[in-house]
Amino acid sequence: MGWTRNVMRVNLTAGTIKREPLNMDWASQYLGQRGLASKYLVEEIDPKVDPLSPENKLIFTTGPLTGTMASTGGRYSVVTKGPLTGAIACSNSGGFMGAELKNAGWDMIICEGKSPKPVYLYVENDHAELMDASGIWGKSIWDADHILHARHQDPLIRIAAVGRAAEQGCLFSAIVNDLHRAAGRSGVGTVMASKNVKALVVRGTKGVGNIKDPKAFMQAVNAGKKVLADNAVTGQGLPKYGTQVLMNVINEIGAMPTRNMREVQFEGASKISGEAMHEVRASDGRANLVTNAACFGCTIACGRISVIDKNHYTIVNKPQYWGASGGLEYEAAWALGSDTGVSDLEALTYANFLCNEDGLDPITLGSTIAAAMELYETGLITREHTGGLELKFGSAEALTKLTELTCRGEGFGRDIGLGSKRLCEKYGRPELSMSVKGLEFPAYDPRGIQGMGLAYATSNRGACHLRGYTVASEVLGIPVKTDPLVTDGKAELVKAFQDATSVVDSTGLCVFTTFAWTLNDIQPQIAAACEGDWSLEKLLEMGERIWNMERMFNNAAGFTAKDDTLPGRLLSEAAQTGPAKGKANDLHKMLPEYYRVRGWTPEGEPLQATRTRLGL
Amino acid sequence: MLRALKLEPERCTGCLQCEMACSFENEQLFNPSKSRIKVFNFHDDGRFAPYTCTQCAEAWCLHSCPVEAIVINARTGAKEVLEDICVGCKVCTIACPFGTVNYNHDTGKVQKCDLCGGQPACAEACPTGAITYVDIDQTGLDRMRAHAQRSLGASA
Repeated sequence: MGWTRNVMRVNLTAGTIKREPLNMDWASQYLGQRGLASKYLVEEIDPKVDPLSPENKLIFTTGPLTGTMASTGGRYSVVTKGPLTGAIACSNSGGFMGAELKNAGWDMIICEGKSPKPVYLYVENDHAELMDASGIWGKSIWDADHILHARHQDPLIRIAAVGRAAEQGCLFSAIVNDLHRAAGRSGVGTVMASKNVKALVVRGTKGVGNIKDPKAFMQAVNAGKKVLADNAVTGQGLPKYGTQVLMNVINEIGAMPTRNMREVQFEGASKISGEAMHEVRASDGRANLVTNAACFGCTIACGRISVIDKNHYTIVNKPQYWGASGGLEYEAAWALGSDTGVSDLEALTYANFLCNEDGLDPITLGSTIAAAMELYETGLITREHTGGLELKFGSAEALTKLTELTCRGEGFGRDIGLGSKRLCEKYGRPELSMSVKGLEFPAYDPRGIQGMGLAYATSNRGACHLRGYTVASEVLGIPVKTDPLVTDGKAELVKAFQDATSVVDSTGLCVFTTFAWTLNDIQPQIAAACEGDWSLEKLLEMGERIWNMERMFNNAAGFTAKDDTLPGRLLSEAAQTGPAKGKANDLHKMLPEYYRVRGWTPEGEPLQATRTRLGL
Repeated sequence: MLRALKLEPERCTGCLQCEMACSFENEQLFNPSKSRIKVFNFHDDGRFAPYTCTQCAEAWCLHSCPVEAIVINARTGAKEVLEDICVGCKVCTIACPFGTVNYNHDTGKVQKCDLCGGQPACAEACPTGAITYVDIDQTGLDRMRAHAQRSLGASA
C-alpha cells in the first residue's frame, strides 16, 4: 500500500491529539505528500485566512515511498498557507525526519489552532504528546536540538525545529531538521512559530511495510538506482560538486542573477563554485568541502558537508562554528553570493551555517539583502537605518552582520525579516523587489533562460525553480534540448514540467532524481508499492489536477492574472553581457499561450471543462 | 572461498540503504531500527561509518551462550543465532566486545549479522562500495595496492 493510513490531528488550542484514518478516496486522486496534503488543506481552511492566525493549518506530510528503499525516498513536505506570499505553500525537505515519521506509523500530522504556550510535539510510534517548550523557546535550532537530545536521552530521535528568527516573526523562516536540512521556502517556519510550536521530535521503530508487491518493488527500485548511478549528473556531477556543479555553467550562459538582478554574470562565480569548495586553502591546509552526504535512502548524495577556515574573521573565538556542518548548495551560494556581489567563500559558508542554525531561507535572505544594498545605493536606506552598517554590494561584512541580526530578529535584521517585497515597499521602491507573488527568485535569470520566466510568473508558490525546472531542458538538454533564448514551445514545456514535478513531490522521492529519471522510472516504483491503478497516464493527470487545485486555492485567496508577472527589470532591462545580451524576458509572448494549453480563461481561471476533466 | 564484509567508512555517505536492505531481508520491512548493520554519523567531523559483526574466529557471543543457540555456519563462517533455541537471556549482548549482537524485544530473541547465508543484502544495496563482500584473507588487498602504487609513484 505504501501508506500507513494514519493521520495525526493535533489541536494545539485544546491540547488534544487524535488519530484518524487517511482519506483513501483522496489518496487515490492525490497519492501523498504535496498533492494529498494540499487537498486536505484546501478542504479544511478558508483561502482568505490570515496565514499567521490560528485558523491557518500546518501539515507535515510524507509520501507513499517515504521510508522505503526507493532511492531518495526520505522526503517530507510542510503544507500551509504561506505568510510571505499569501499563496499555498508547500516546502519539501530531506534528511531523516520524513522516514522517521513514517517509521513511527504516520502518513501525516495536521496541526491546527494555536497553543496557549510554547510546546513541542513528541512522537514515539503510537504515542504522541505536546510537551513544554519553555526550555528551548528563545534558543537556536542547533541549541534546541542539543537540549532535546539530552532531555530525551535518545541519540536516535529526529528533530525538526524553528529558530529565533521564526519566533521573532521573520516572514521567511524555515523548518530545519537534522541540523541542516530544511523545508526552506515561503515561511513555513513562521507559521509553525505562530502556533507556538518550537519543534517536532520523532522516534519511529515500527518499520515501513505494506508494499503491495515487494518483489516487483525491489526490481523497480534496483532498476531506478542503476539509472541514477549510470547518469553523468546524478552519478558523478552531483556527488562530487553537489548542486554547486551549476555555478560556473549558469554563469557562462549568462543566467546568473547578480547584484539584485541588475546583471546576469558574476565576476566572482568561480570563487564560490563547487570546484572552489574542493580547493585546499592556503591558510589552514584544508578544503572547504569535507565530504558529500546523503539524505535518507539517497544513492545520489549531493549534500555538502563543509568546514569554515578557523582563521576566518567570521568565526574567530566562535567554536560552535568550527565543526563540519551543512555547506553551500547552489541556491544559497548564488543568493548569498552573486546577488549581493560577495565572493568570499568562507563568509558565505558562515552565513549558510547561520541560516541552518536559526532557520532562514537563504534565497529570500540573500535577495532581500541585495534589495537593501540597492536601496542603500539610492540613499533611501542610510546608516541611520542600519545601525551604522555600510550596505555596499560586495561587502561580506554587511552580509554576515545582517544575517546575524536577522537570525535574532534584532535591529535592521527586523526589516530584512520582512522579505524584499515588504522591505522595498517600506522604503518606497517596490519595483526593486525581485520577486513574484512575494517570493524571491532563485538562481536562474529568466532573461537568459526564457522558459523560466514563465515558470516563475505562474508558479503557485511564487518565484520558484522547484515548481517547473525548465532549466533541465533549456540548459542541460534533459529530456530534450530546447533553446533557452526563444519563447516558442515554452508554454507546453512549462506545463509539462509543472505537472510532472507535482507528481514527484507527491511520492516521497526527491525532485533531483529527475536529472536522470523520467516518470517512466518512477511509475513502476509507485505501481508496485501502492494499491490502485497508478499508470503513467493517471499520474500525469494527477499532476495536472494538483496544479489546478493549487491555482484555484490561490485564485480564491485573491490572486489574479495580474499577479502572473515578473518585476519590470526582467521584462524591460535587457541583459548587458553573455549569450542573452540585448534580451529581456518575453513573458507576454508565452503567458496567453500558457493559459490556453492549461485550459484556463484569459484571466487565468481554470475553465469549467478543465475542472470537470480533472474532477475539481 | 570464505568471504567477509569489508567496510570502508571513507566511501560511506550515510544514506542507510544498507540498514533498509538488512531489515527488509530479515524482517520484510524497511526498518533501520531493526537493522543488524548500523551507520554512524560523526557529525562535527563530517564522517560516516558503517559497522556490524566481524564474525570473530573465537566468537565471544557463541562461547557465552548458555543454551548453544549461536552456531557457526560452516559454509559462510557466519555465527548465526538459532531463534528456536535462543531464550533471550542477552548474555551474548554483554559478551560481545563490539556491541554487534542486540536484543529484539518484538521477538524476544537476539539478532546479529548472519551474512544473509552468503549473499549479504547490505553489500548489494550499498551505492558507493563502502560495503563489499570479499575474500576473507584479502580484505587488505585494496589498501596494499594503493600503498604499493604510491611507493612506485605509478599511475593506476
